Amino acid sequence: MDILQIFVNGIVLGALYACIAVGFSLVWGVLNVINMLHGSFIILGGYLTFFAWFYLGLNPILVLPAVALLLYILGFALQYLFINKVVTAPVLTTLTLTFGLDMILYNLMTVYFTATPRRVTLDLGSIDLAGIVMPVDRLLGMGLALLLTALLYLVMRGSTIGRAIVAVRMDRQAAALMGIRVNRIYAVTFGIGALMAGAAGAVFAMVFPVTTNLTGVFLGKAFVICVIGGLGSVPGALVGGLALGVIESFAGFYLGPQHAITVGFLLMLILLVVRPTGLVGVKGYE
Amino acid sequence: MPRRALALIGLAAWIGLLAATPWIADNYTVRVAITIAMFSAMALSWNFIGGFTGYPSFSTAAFFGIGCYVGALAQRNGVPMVLAWTLATVSVALFAAALGAIILRLKGHYFAIGSIAVVEVVRLIVSSWGSVTGGGDGLNVPLLQGSPDWVAAKVLYVMLAIMLAAFAATVLVDRGRLGFGLRCINQNEDAADMVGIDTTRFKIAAYALSALFCGTVGAVYASWVGYIDPTDSFSILLTVKVPVMALLGGAGTVFGPVVGAGVFVLLEEFFWANFLEWNRAILGGIIVFLIFFLPGGILRLDYRRLLRRTLRQRETGQKSPEAAE
Repeated sequence: MDILQIFVNGIVLGALYACIAVGFSLVWGVLNVINMLHGSFIILGGYLTFFAWFYLGLNPILVLPAVALLLYILGFALQYLFINKVVTAPVLTTLTLTFGLDMILYNLMTVYFTATPRRVTLDLGSIDLAGIVMPVDRLLGMGLALLLTALLYLVMRGSTIGRAIVAVRMDRQAAALMGIRVNRIYAVTFGIGALMAGAAGAVFAMVFPVTTNLTGVFLGKAFVICVIGGLGSVPGALVGGLALGVIESFAGFYLGPQHAITVGFLLMLILLVVRPTGLVGVKGYE
Repeated sequence: MPRRALALIGLAAWIGLLAATPWIADNYTVRVAITIAMFSAMALSWNFIGGFTGYPSFSTAAFFGIGCYVGALAQRNGVPMVLAWTLATVSVALFAAALGAIILRLKGHYFAIGSIAVVEVVRLIVSSWGSVTGGGDGLNVPLLQGSPDWVAAKVLYVMLAIMLAAFAATVLVDRGRLGFGLRCINQNEDAADMVGIDTTRFKIAAYALSALFCGTVGAVYASWVGYIDPTDSFSILLTVKVPVMALLGGAGTVFGPVVGAGVFVLLEEFFWANFLEWNRAILGGIIVFLIFFLPGGILRLDYRRLLRRTLRQRETGQKSPEAAE
């Protein structure tokens, strides 16, 4: 296979990865919580999109905002009711709590939706540009993923709520003194994290089959991307996602697909020790 | 002092009860007793790094899984069983010491993520290194000789012995220099370093101790079930379940992990038997309940205050109607 083709495959995959990780990175950066629910949020988004497309015949791109809104409400409620109560506790407590909540959500999904792999089939064909072949639905997925990531970036930079989130990330106490309701911002941030996960799941379902068995895989990708790119920033997640996509694509080709994931995790362990701030090490969020 | 003596008597009675199961109960109960002993040993192990030192380690499954594979591979290559178990113990301890030297430099969230990643990396390596480990197909391990009853009793006593060894190690560490140093690191690592505690060596010792018994348990488990595969040996559920058990009983205490493992396994068996489809959600519910209502664990509950409060509530409950009159 052509090196350029492998590279393009990696970039397309990487854009999807960035979209998967950006919400996880936001929650980790702002709340200091490792959100073990993230993988299940992504699958939930993918399943909801599939059901709306399969049973109601709706266009998945139109369904996406509705799915994202639903996930936002779910995330906001979970944070407001449960996680806010222990948000300042050590990592062992918050990680275990989100893992417990994840077990409940996972169980609900396997019972009501079953673990059958499902995929929205758009049948858009593929294009051939100077010898590089790419299915159109993947390109569409990449476009949507980049669009969503860019939207989040603009919200963080431009809107009042975005600035408030950044302020809380920089200094919780000072933000509270400036009249920001920190607990509300935490819930909004967790909601946005869930929203991005749901949207990423919707995009994923248009490109690859999704099943509840993949929750752990997605969560693992989010870990790796956050560490590669650096924590709590949109550009960091984008760089990390693209880097992981390209690395996996090349490792899969030269070492065999079974080693692609291992290489990603190994790289993460090395970076954790050598450069824990990631490739794009920024202190504040934007 | 009498409280501690009482707790020791309770522990002896509990171990006696577990040890008596082959004579007084059916095979299913013996299996539960083995599971309890196995998880008690692992929860006690986790307590060294997670409880005493306060490092959120989620690498238990890596140690257990490596123990499984080293034990199984050694036995398949003709190493006698007990020697294979010892080999597994030693190699897991060495692995943990080497790994600890690298990842114990991380703190908090980064350490947690790193320790989970270790489980994933080892699992992926084992499942893709097919020529040695059998890959996803798993490995058959030579079966223990004898009737099912006899095999179960033998495994039970070995597991109980590991649990006792882990408990003895806990008591020694708790009373000794090492435990004191680990508690200092837990409270303030920089200050501990300042007053002359070799934090790196202490942490590595705690990490190796937390791995050692998990390796033995893994190797014995492999001999017991006779078949291992990567998903079973390196399960992410195991890696969270063990810390939850220690938390349930009381992290950083001597008896807590034993209490927590016992309660958790019994609850789990009950829910498996009665709510098969919902067992995962119920376990999740237990975790959520634990975090909110038992943050210090069962042993850290102040029973006297709880009693006083309920008594006072009863009193005020009786008084208020009178006041209304």
